[in-house]
Amino acid sequence: MKTKNEFLYFALRNGRLKVGFCILSFFILLAIFGPLFAKHGPLDYAGPGYHPPSKEFWLGTTTFGQDVFSQTVYGLRSTFLVGLVAGGLATFLGILIGFIAGYRGGMVDELLNMLTNIVTVIPTLALLLIVAAYLPYRGILVQSIFIGLTSWPWAARAIRAQTFTLRTRDFVDLARITGMRPLKIIFGEIAPNMMSYLFMTFILQFGGAILAAVTLDFIGLGPTQGISLGLMMQNAVLWSAIQLGMWWWLIPPGVAITAIVGALYFMNTGLDEVFNPKLREL
Amino acid sequence: MGAYFRRKIIIYLLTFVFAVTIDWMIPRFMPGNPITNLLSRFSTRSDTTEVIAGYLNEIYGLDKSPLRQYVAFWAGLFRGDLGVSLYVTGAPVTRVITRALPFDLALLIPAIMLSYILGNKFGAFAARKKKLDGIVLPIWYVLTATPYMWLGILLAWFFGVALDVLPIAGAYSFSMVPGWNWAFIWDFLKHWILPFSSLFLVQFGGWAIGMRNMIIYELEAEYSRYLESLGASSTLVRRYAYKNAVLPQITGLALQLGVIVAGALATEVVFSYPGIGHLLKEAIMNQDYFLIQGCFLFIIVGVLLANIILDIAYIMIDPRIRHTAGGETV
Repeated sequence: MKTKNEFLYFALRNGRLKVGFCILSFFILLAIFGPLFAKHGPLDYAGPGYHPPSKEFWLGTTTFGQDVFSQTVYGLRSTFLVGLVAGGLATFLGILIGFIAGYRGGMVDELLNMLTNIVTVIPTLALLLIVAAYLPYRGILVQSIFIGLTSWPWAARAIRAQTFTLRTRDFVDLARITGMRPLKIIFGEIAPNMMSYLFMTFILQFGGAILAAVTLDFIGLGPTQGISLGLMMQNAVLWSAIQLGMWWWLIPPGVAITAIVGALYFMNTGLDEVFNPKLREL
Repeated sequence: MGAYFRRKIIIYLLTFVFAVTIDWMIPRFMPGNPITNLLSRFSTRSDTTEVIAGYLNEIYGLDKSPLRQYVAFWAGLFRGDLGVSLYVTGAPVTRVITRALPFDLALLIPAIMLSYILGNKFGAFAARKKKLDGIVLPIWYVLTATPYMWLGILLAWFFGVALDVLPIAGAYSFSMVPGWNWAFIWDFLKHWILPFSSLFLVQFGGWAIGMRNMIIYELEAEYSRYLESLGASSTLVRRYAYKNAVLPQITGLALQLGVIVAGALATEVVFSYPGIGHLLKEAIMNQDYFLIQGCFLFIIVGVLLANIILDIAYIMIDPRIRHTAGGETV
């Protein structure tokens, strides 16, 4: 009970955590409530094209008269969905493989290590390339799953190393002597001791997945239906928004992504300082 | 050390075989016949369709047994035969890609190396310096959170359109003939600087943050405390901390390679830079299967080679691996 209060005390005092959390909350609220304020659908040809921000179109319109504000807020929803699904899947796989490899050791560790090394080398882009080439209709979910399936290796490595050091501690030995089953030891004894670490892994995977999705959308490996911030950028470049100086079309999607991912990274550093007494500023 | 190398080589070979197998497998086991898919785009004249169908059947060898198809695929690979790019005027895929490759390397190698070296140095310098740290850290966070191509878009818009001082399309002007003269090199550099900058800046932020955090960890470690208590100067302590902090950064670089390559490809699309990224975008939009397959292989082989180089660098820097004869690795 006391330790929880201590963490809360440092969390509330930590500037980085607070700033990151506020920015993230703003964009989450925008993703939830923004579409309610959007007067037009994200893909509707709603008004005159090539229109700078005005009262009617808060962030202006695209070349075809689509509402940039509407595209941004709907795109935010896709972004958070990718972060949640892909980041969640990658964290789950990383934890699973890291725990098993670190706890069992020996041959199992050797094999899982080999798998980790192989997946490390194969970029998400390459795998999605092949899938995208032959799957004509792709949703955001398919994209998220493939990002999740390829971005777990660093998490698995880090969690394996942590499990390795915890495995030989007295309290784990004690649990083993009393005949606890391995799964129970992992989740009852080892996992609680690295909860903060696992949470921070999820935050980093969340941000990483968002960036990966934007890049893939931009190259043309994104979802074929719907709207996302990456697709907005792809369309903007495709229809010469740079050459035409349509800054209102170019800036919003990138600002949103940079702010969200930056806020996540910032929160991560803040949390690190909260959980790790050595890092607290003196 | 021998055992260490042997294990690494086995892993890399396995990865390569795995990648080639995926490359071979997917068109064959995906729903729909790739040949009919392809032919639907050439349906205008029946005689051309037949010629292409014959050629495709020969390449895919779909009438043979899967094992023989697989062997034939490997044999083609070793001859450097990756099929023909149907989109880029029927040139062999290998030639199309090798023509684009120098542009990728010209962007990636300087961007990775410079950002890595400067980012590490500057990150180590800023660590535990309260005022400086407070100013630069937020900037680095924004940089590392920026999608590569968005920074590219902003730079292109600002320098190319708003200020109109730098070109934003292609690797050199159309009027130029590539050659080793100053006019061409200057023209090339003017086209190169913006895509390079977007790659450099984003990575720089990441390395600087990573190094700053590592140095703070190391300065809290027992050996640093011990050195301090002996009265060693802070410069000396920091030098030791840097040596220890640089190793995880190399592992970090290896883990980041896939992301960096993807970012570079996207940045090339922004600037119509004629590297593999640009090629890839065209190939995807035109469903050019062979070209996509070829790009896939080249990207994986590139990342694989970079990993091997980093492994060797790691061994050269880490005395623990260099000096263990048995090759015990953690």
